[in-house]
Formats: sequence, structure tokens, C-alpha cells
Amino acid sequence: MVGIVIVSHSSKIAEGIVELSRQMVQSNVKIIPAGGTSDGRIGTDATKILEAIKKANDGDGVIVLADLGSAILSTEMAIDLLDEDIKNKVIIADAPVVEGSVAAAVEASLGSDLEKIKESAEESKRLIKINS
Amino acid sequence: MKSTELMIKIIDNIATTIHENKEYLTELDAKIGDSDHGINMDKGFKMVQEKLHAVKDKDCGTILKTVAMTLVSTVGGASGPLYGTAFLKAASVVSDKKEINKDDIVKMFEEAIMGIKMRGKANKGDKTMLDALIPAYEELKKSIENNETIIEAFDKGQKAAYEGVEYTKKIAAKKGRASYLGERSIGHQDPGATSSYLMLKAIYDTLKEAK
Repeated sequence: MVGIVIVSHSSKIAEGIVELSRQMVQSNVKIIPAGGTSDGRIGTDATKILEAIKKANDGDGVIVLADLGSAILSTEMAIDLLDEDIKNKVIIADAPVVEGSVAAAVEASLGSDLEKIKESAEESKRLIKINS
Repeated sequence: MKSTELMIKIIDNIATTIHENKEYLTELDAKIGDSDHGINMDKGFKMVQEKLHAVKDKDCGTILKTVAMTLVSTVGGASGPLYGTAFLKAASVVSDKKEINKDDIVKMFEEAIMGIKMRGKANKGDKTMLDALIPAYEELKKSIENNETIIEAFDKGQKAAYEGVEYTKKIAAKKGRASYLGERSIGHQDPGATSSYLMLKAIYDTLKEAK
């Protein structure tokens, strides 16, 4: 099963999204938070993300949802630092982090592959929340 | 002085310079960014400084790689992966080398810039650290090709970087948090370009002193 990593500048946001996504799917999909710096500041940490990716990966790959700015740069850095055999099985979804994470969790719980999960997460960009 | 010994001295001096300019960098960042550049850089380089002693007998590649990995895991902001990538790329040029020459220096600088371009998907004129680093690299390379000393090359490099910082006042940001401001970022100098200049200045000062 594809694993999910949530990257945010805030550890609370990352942990909160994990909590929310788990509530939505109630399955054994691995969702790992990687938010904030190791000394508790707002920011991102490529080595923390790297460890989260390794933890989330059970062989089928990992999709990363990230907030913005350095979250993307640090995730790309983390992917570069991964061993070759995992590297090509990790992708970043270009999606809003909360909605995208929930969509990815649902799709992953159905046993879908990495590409399909990325697609679902990115579709959440067009999610209409209020029907007029 | 051995290359490794000089490299340790340079990095230590960069860390001290960043620390002394912590408030200044943060003030610059408060105007167009999220006012954490000085704090973040200081966090990162303070940790680098602590780790230097443990690698002082290692090769240049290992020293630079240690700097890179420390920055990516402690800085917190975008400058972490950006400078981290720069140091990592520079490290790859001198892996296992305890002595380095002029050609290595040019190549390290070139690789560092390519790393920052790749990581930040940025180029000259975007109001980033590249606006200080690219002109500095060009001047340094020219100087070395003209058979001038390393000290002269870094002197020209740091002066070009300073000019580059001045140039960032005239242009609008196209990358990072400052790009949200667009035209309103004109008139302010870029904090990333400024920290790049400070690092080059620290390299020059250390070389001059070690002569």
C-alpha cells in the first residue's frame, strides 16, 4: 500500500492533518507527519522528511503532501537524499495540503497506485465547497 | 596552511559573520519576507560551528557535506535546502581531497550555483541569492583565468556580490515569499543575496588574514 507523508511548516498542522485523514479512512494506510523544525520552530527539515518517507514506505512508494515555500524545497531535497531504489517511488502532489491529504488517504486506502493517488489529490484543487 | 585547516577556518568565520548579522538579515527579511532569515541562518551555522571540531581531520568533501546536512536539517526556511544543496554540490567536487587547487575552487563555485538554480528553479534577475552569487562567480573565474591569486579572485568576487546585492534593490522578486509583493518589493534589498555576499566577504577576509 502507498504511504503518505504530510509536510508543513507547523508540526501541529502536519499532525492535525494526519489525525483528520486517519479519521476519514479508518484503514491501515501509513500517514506520517513531518512538520516544523526539530527544535520546535516554524519551518521545514529535510532530514525529518527523509525519515518520514522511509517510515511511510512499505515498498509501493510514498506520496508527499506539502504546504508551501520551503516545504516543497525541503521535500525535494529529502527525495534527492534517498537511496536510488526508493527515490523513483516518491512523488509530491501539487495539491492543497488538507484537501489533498484527505483525497490521497481515501485513494490509498483503496489500494490504488502512486499515479492514481497523485491524480486524486491534485483533483482536490478544483473541489467546489459551496454549491450556490 | 593545509586546505582542510583553511576550510575549517573559513566556515567558522562564515558562522561568526552570520551571527553578527543575524538582526540585520532578519530586519531585511521583515520588509519583504517572513522575517526569519537571520534567525534561521544563525541557527543553522551555529550548529555547523559546533560540528566543525569533529570533522577537522577529514577531507574537504566530508567537511562540506557536514555543513550541507547540518543546514538542511536545522535552518528551517528555504535557505536551508538552497544553501544545503550548494554546499553538497561543492562537496562532490572535492570528495576525498585534503588539498584543493584553483581549478577546484572555480568548479566548486560553479556546482554550488547550479545546485541553487536547480533547487530553487531560479535564475539571475529573480531577486535571490543568485543575484549576488552569479556575478561573484563570473568575476572570480575571470580573475583566476588571468592568473591572479586566490585572494585577489575572492576580493573581486565579494565586490561583485556586493554590487549584486545593490542591484536587487532595483528589481521585483520573482521567487519565494517576497514574490507575493511583486512590484512592491522594489526598493528593498534581498536578504538571501545579502547572506550570500556576507559569506563571500567572510571567505575573503579569512584568506587575507591567513596569508
